[in-house]
Formats: sequence, C-alpha cells, structure tokens
Amino acid sequence: MDLTLYVWRQKGPEQPGRLEQYRAGNISAEMSFLEMLDVVNDDLIRKGVEPIAFDHDCREGICGTCSQVINGVPHGPEERTTVCQLHMRHFRDGDSIYIEPWRARAFPIIKDLIVDRSALDHLIQAGGYVSVHTGGVPDANAILISKPDADMSMDAAECIGCGACVAACPNGSAMLFTAAKVTQLAMLPQGRPEAKKRVCMMTEEMMKEGFGNCSNHYECQAACPKGIKVSFIAKLNREFIKAFDSHGE
Amino acid sequence: MILDGKCPSGPLPEKWDRHRRSLKLVNPANKRKYRIIVVGTGLAGASAAATLGELGYNVDVFCYQDSPRRGHSIAAQGGINAAKNYPNDGDSIFRLFYDTVKGGDFRAREANVYRLAQVSNNIIDQCVAQGVPFARDYAGYLDNRSFGGAQVSRTFYARGQTGQQLLLGAYSAMSRQIKAGTVRLYPRTEMLDLVTVDGEAKGITVRDMVTGEIASYAGDAVCLCTGGYANVFYLSTNAMGSNVTAAYRAYKKGAFFANPCYTQIHPTCIPVSGDHQSKLTLMSESLRNDGRCWVPGEKGDNRPPHEIPEAERDYYLERKYPGFGNLAPRDIASRSAKEVCGEGRGIGSSGYGVYLDFADAIKRLGENVIRERYGNLFEMYERITGEDAYNRPMRIYPAPHYTMGGLWVDYNLESTLPGLFVLGEANFSDHGANRLGASALMQGLADGYFIIPYTIADYLARTAPGGVSTGNAEFRKSADDAADLVKRLLSINGKRTVNDFHRELGRIMWDDAGMARSEEGLEQALKKIPELRDRFWNDVKIIGSGYELNQELEKAGRVADFLEFGELLVLDALHRNESCGGHFRVEYQTADGEARRDDDNFSYVAAWEFNGSDKRPVLHREPLAFENVVPDVRSYK
Repeated sequence: MDLTLYVWRQKGPEQPGRLEQYRAGNISAEMSFLEMLDVVNDDLIRKGVEPIAFDHDCREGICGTCSQVINGVPHGPEERTTVCQLHMRHFRDGDSIYIEPWRARAFPIIKDLIVDRSALDHLIQAGGYVSVHTGGVPDANAILISKPDADMSMDAAECIGCGACVAACPNGSAMLFTAAKVTQLAMLPQGRPEAKKRVCMMTEEMMKEGFGNCSNHYECQAACPKGIKVSFIAKLNREFIKAFDSHGE
Repeated sequence: MILDGKCPSGPLPEKWDRHRRSLKLVNPANKRKYRIIVVGTGLAGASAAATLGELGYNVDVFCYQDSPRRGHSIAAQGGINAAKNYPNDGDSIFRLFYDTVKGGDFRAREANVYRLAQVSNNIIDQCVAQGVPFARDYAGYLDNRSFGGAQVSRTFYARGQTGQQLLLGAYSAMSRQIKAGTVRLYPRTEMLDLVTVDGEAKGITVRDMVTGEIASYAGDAVCLCTGGYANVFYLSTNAMGSNVTAAYRAYKKGAFFANPCYTQIHPTCIPVSGDHQSKLTLMSESLRNDGRCWVPGEKGDNRPPHEIPEAERDYYLERKYPGFGNLAPRDIASRSAKEVCGEGRGIGSSGYGVYLDFADAIKRLGENVIRERYGNLFEMYERITGEDAYNRPMRIYPAPHYTMGGLWVDYNLESTLPGLFVLGEANFSDHGANRLGASALMQGLADGYFIIPYTIADYLARTAPGGVSTGNAEFRKSADDAADLVKRLLSINGKRTVNDFHRELGRIMWDDAGMARSEEGLEQALKKIPELRDRFWNDVKIIGSGYELNQELEKAGRVADFLEFGELLVLDALHRNESCGGHFRVEYQTADGEARRDDDNFSYVAAWEFNGSDKRPVLHREPLAFENVVPDVRSYK
C-alpha cells in the first residue's frame, strides 16, 4: 500500500518543530508500524535527508520504549497495543497518518519523536520499592498471599512505563503510572510497612516533576497498551487518605 | 596459555562456602572510598548496582536505553529456575546442577554451575521480598511450571512476563540506591571503550547519546553487564539496540573472549514474514508444556491444519524423544524443526515453520486454563500474525535468541584483565554449549545479587581506592580513539544504509554459522565477512553529525563491531571439530542425526585473545575437569 505520513520533526528541545510530509510506498500488511518507518528512513537516508528519530527497542511490546502519537492517539488505533506491535494491516492504501511525539510538560522533546521520560524514573526513585536489603530475607513460601491479591498485584505490575497515560491525559497527569506501582506493592504484605510513606512520597514527586492532576478523564486507561485500569487510581486515593488517618492500619 | 578458572578445591557442595571464607573483605568505612562502574542495567547490571550501592560502594551505572527499566531482560517470558523442590517432585540443588551441566552438553565448569544452583533459592526469596508478584495457587503458595530439559517443575513465573517482573524488582532496588545517593545513573549513554591502566580495568569511555559528547569515567573496578550478541545474526529475538560493542571493545583491550560459537537458536519464535522484518518475536518455551509440535507426515501437504487427520501428523519431538517429548532442550527442538522443514514438511507460505498445537490441552483443561497460563502470549501472537491460536495451531520456527559464549571469566567472574568483571549473558560461564530455559534470569540475578558482592571485594581489598583519574594519559587516548572512530564513520559518506550491511552480515551468519555449520560454509564465511566489512568502511552512508542524537551513527558503531566479531564467531566454530549443544557441525553427527561430541579433544573452554586487527586471534584453552558427573551421551530419549 501507499501512505502519506505527516511526521513531527524537531531538531532539538529549543528549536521549533513542524509536521513534514513523506510518502511511504510499497508497504505490506505484514509489516509492523516501526518496520514501515524503517523503510521510510532508509529511503530518506539514500536521498540524503536526515532520518526520523524515534525511540524503540524490544519491538515486542514489553520494554516500553516506543512512544508515538498516531492520528492523535498514543500508540495508535489498536487497543492494548504498543506502537511496535501495531501492524500495517490496520491501515488502508491511500491513508494519511499523523505521527507526533508524546506531549506533556513533564516529557520535554529531545528530537523529532523522542522525549525525555526520566520523570517516570524519578517517581519510582521517590518510593516505588520495598526497602529490602539483598540477603537475609525469609523463605519465599513463608509469606502466603491469597491468589486474588497476588493476581491484582500482578495486574498492576504489568505497567511497562511507556508514559502513554501521561501523553493521553489532558492534564499530563501520571496518576495511572503512579497508581499502578502503589497498588502493586499495597496489595502485598511485603509492601504494607512502607505503604503510607510510599504513597505520600510518590504523590509529592508527581507534583515536583510537573505532572498535572487527575480529573477523571480516563483517557489514560483507554491509551494504556497493557490495560492498566483506573480502579488503581481509586486504590491510590484510598491509600493516600489512609496515610493521613492515624486510626488506620 | 592454559587458563586457570580458579575453581576452589574441596567437595562440590562446600566450594562456594570455602571460597567465600578465603575472600578478602572491605570494611564498611572503606567501601565508600571505592567507585565501581557498572555497564548495563538488565538483570545482572541492575542487581549488581543495587547490591553494591547498598553495601556502601559508590556506583556509576550506564545504559544506552532512556531508562534503566528497559534492559532486554525485560523481554524474558517464561520463568526462572530454582531448586526449591516446593512441588516435592524430586528436585534438589544437585539435580538442578546436573540438569544444567547436562543441558550445556558438558561444556561448562562444574563449580560455577553448582554455585548457581545453590544460590537459585536465595533469588526466589529475594524477589518475593521485593514484591515481585509470582504466580500463586489458591492456598497462597508459589506455583511452579516445567521447562525444557528437566523432568521436575522448578520454574517460578509471573504470567508470561517473568523477566519484566524480576527486572522491575532489581530496577526498584537500584532506584532506592539512586535516591540514597550511592548509585549515579547515566541513561542514554553508550560505552565505546574500556580504559586500562597498567593492565588493569580502570574506567570506560562513553558517548552521550543526546549531545554526542564523548567522555571518560574512572573507577576502581568495572562490571560489564551488557548482554549477548545474538544480533550478529541481524534477525534475532534480542532488542534492536542489543549489541556486542562493550564486550568486543573489552576484548580488543585484552580480555579473552570465550566460546563465541556457542549460540542458542530458540525453537519457538514467530516465523519470518518478509524482507522488511526487523526482529523476531519469541513465543515462550513454557508453551511447550501444553503445546504439541507437529508437521504433516507427508511432504507438500498444503491442507489447513484442522483438515489433516491425527494419523497423518508427525508429532516429531514426541516420536524422537519420548522421555522428554515436547520439552526436549532448545538446541534439540530447534534442530528437529529444521530437519523436518528440510525434508519439505515445513508449513506456512515459506515452508519454514512447524505447528505448535494447543487443541489437546484446551480439550483437556478448558480454554480458560490455557488463557490463564498463556493469555498474553496468545494475544501477542495474534497481534503479530493476525491469527487466533485458540482455534488454529501457532506457526513457529527457530530464531537466534541467546548466546552462551561471552567474555572469559574465572570463578570470581573476573576476566583476564584484572578489575574487569563480567556478569550475566555477557560472560560465558554457566551454560556450556546450550542454555536451558528459565536459567538466564537465574544466572543474571545470581551474578548480580549474590556473587559479585563477594568476589569484587577481594579485588578491591588489594587495590588502593581512587588510584587513577580521567586525567591519566590512557583515558585521554581512549577518548581520542573513540572520537576518531565516530569521525571516520561519518566521513565515509557512501551509498548504502547501515541496515543494508547488517542484514547482509546476518544472512552470512545465519546461512553459514547458524543452526547447522560445515567446514565448507564456515570457510566461505571467513572470506565473505572481511569483504563485507571492507565494503562497509567504504560505502556506508550516515547522515548528520556526531554532536547530536544520531541513531544511524549509534547503529553504525555497533554493526562495525559485529562485522569484526562475526569473524571471531566463525573462527571458533571452525576450530571446534565436534558437535555440542548449540554448536552443530554437520560433519560430526551420529547415524540418527544427533550431535557427536568429542570429549577427548574438545573438553575445554576456547578463549580467544585479540592479536591486532590484521592477525588471527590466539587460542587459549581452559581444560574442563568433571569430578562429580560423568560426561555421557546427552540423551533425552
């Protein structure tokens, strides 16, 4: 198939950016979206034009590196699908496709479609862990965890840290990302001793990093390639309130 | 030179304990005077950085990704082995050790593998304490599944994302140390060179991938945790950025490279769909617990799978290896798939594919159980192929996946360069000629959490802290060399893209040094690779400058190293006149097509020493001694 692409090009963080038009010819339905961009880039290189810079790595939907807004939707039109797992069979010959970077105050653009997501790392550094030393821990089966709790923890832990939730949110909020980590650890007995501190530290860090507030648009859930649910945000809020309740656990 | 692995003496179960008693310690007040450089943030790097930081050392950790949470360990699906014997099915440390040594076709060091099996149980405890949500049963206990090459269920898992969950555990532990200030993080930073001072590793030279600035960092020791080199085949299950550069440049600085020809071709990957293909996707080995591999019994049978009656199907693994069936080890399962496709019985439009069929398991257990076990894998399969594997069998084919070879290390994980430690897939130490499923995660974490903290202390205790700084002439030379290389690449301004050359190299490697290797093919590869390398240095086209984010330049540097490293791999494969594990030489097989090992002549580790760009590397041997197991014919029948 033949496609017309409109791609955001921006030389650096301080330079202005704009949409450039490119033609993607001879694209097969089996290709992934990123393989389509590979073809376009090889073409640009041969013509002496600087190729489009975009983040990608595992290309199997798990590392969370790829990050493109396709036709206005983070990760594109398919539900629960990262850009790298999006295949061209979902497009038609003659389509126009708009490709832009994640846009959020906390994610400054580095170049073209590449943004700086280190703010998400800072959120984890603020408290997204159990403070356990290496060694000296009890036998793994000494801590029993009911299957529903373990499953819910795992549901939350599936987050790949891509930042689509932030890009989708009109407020640029990282509530879904933060809620997923808070929930994963709050559901497990290992995470309870630090639950209050964790939720407070991570919430405070969200504000410091320039993420917006959550006003329940649920765009994050719709954009999440891993199906992380907004019910975890409710869990985060509950944990946050509990942190200020001295009669709570 | 005969290499000494420095394995401690004494009975196998006591070696590690005895050795730890003999290792020197660094006292807590002195630890903060040392600086350790860790390159890579996969399981080995993140767990090492977290643990060393927590002990009080200053750690500088580098990764090429934008976040350390994205190391390629994250893509491991199926699970992690441990000798817990929770299911009470006969497992033990010795059995895990034996399975791993046998799985590696008796080409690994006994002492290393035994230690790995010993600490495997600590890893599970550690990860659970961190909040890794492993699968559990309804009573709240941890659940296990089985994996290839074992007859017990010893694999712990977190749905189909075990690597992700373990890595996030290690990443979290490291994040805690970043907050505490003991670990400094350098993301989007790629190592271009190892700096040695007076023959010892004292730092690295890196390129900031955003600004293009080349800088050096000094430390008292360097840990390379930079993964494997399967991307030498171009198409592999590795991430696009996975590369051999850090390990290869260390090799050029004097670290020996061991067993580069031991590469693992994973049997269950989604088949190639066309020339545009940029990578291959693995379907976890755990699927072989419930999926059955088959091809049509007759060649040229193009009927859709459901129209082929049971009697006309060949469940070739069950037929050939009734003892292990579909759970035969990876090298054997891959070769069998190649064999049936070679007979013209392969499926799919290319003929390079076999079925992995879940119909029986769904009938037996119900679709819900299968969905619970493998739901995300079936989803991934559907996303890529557009096919629903609940209703028709998956199509799979082998693909390069893991590399057992790597920088040579002794029992302390120290390379031939003092002060250079190599962890995880980047070293060669534990898997011999073939790695068993669910053992890579085990090794990465064993090295990082439980081995390096002890062994690196022994080196540091003998080293004055802060002995060298980046003002040293060696650092300046290293930075100049790295900058020159960048300049040289940018000045070629030829006609072909980096991908073109990488694809061409991959084709040579896959055809001549892939699943089946022959003297003739390898000799040809030895001619083709230098010729391709020559063309690369004359005709590659890279747009842009070195002082900005330039992904083509990054790729070009990696491919330039693959173009040299590929030759080393081929040389190693050519010299090893036997078949063992993932290294299959067609000249050395039994009448029924099984690998024929030659213990009399090849029971050694081949460690190659760089000898200048235009000379052949020098081969050194480390003999393998088996005191506790008898290397017999590796039978899974």
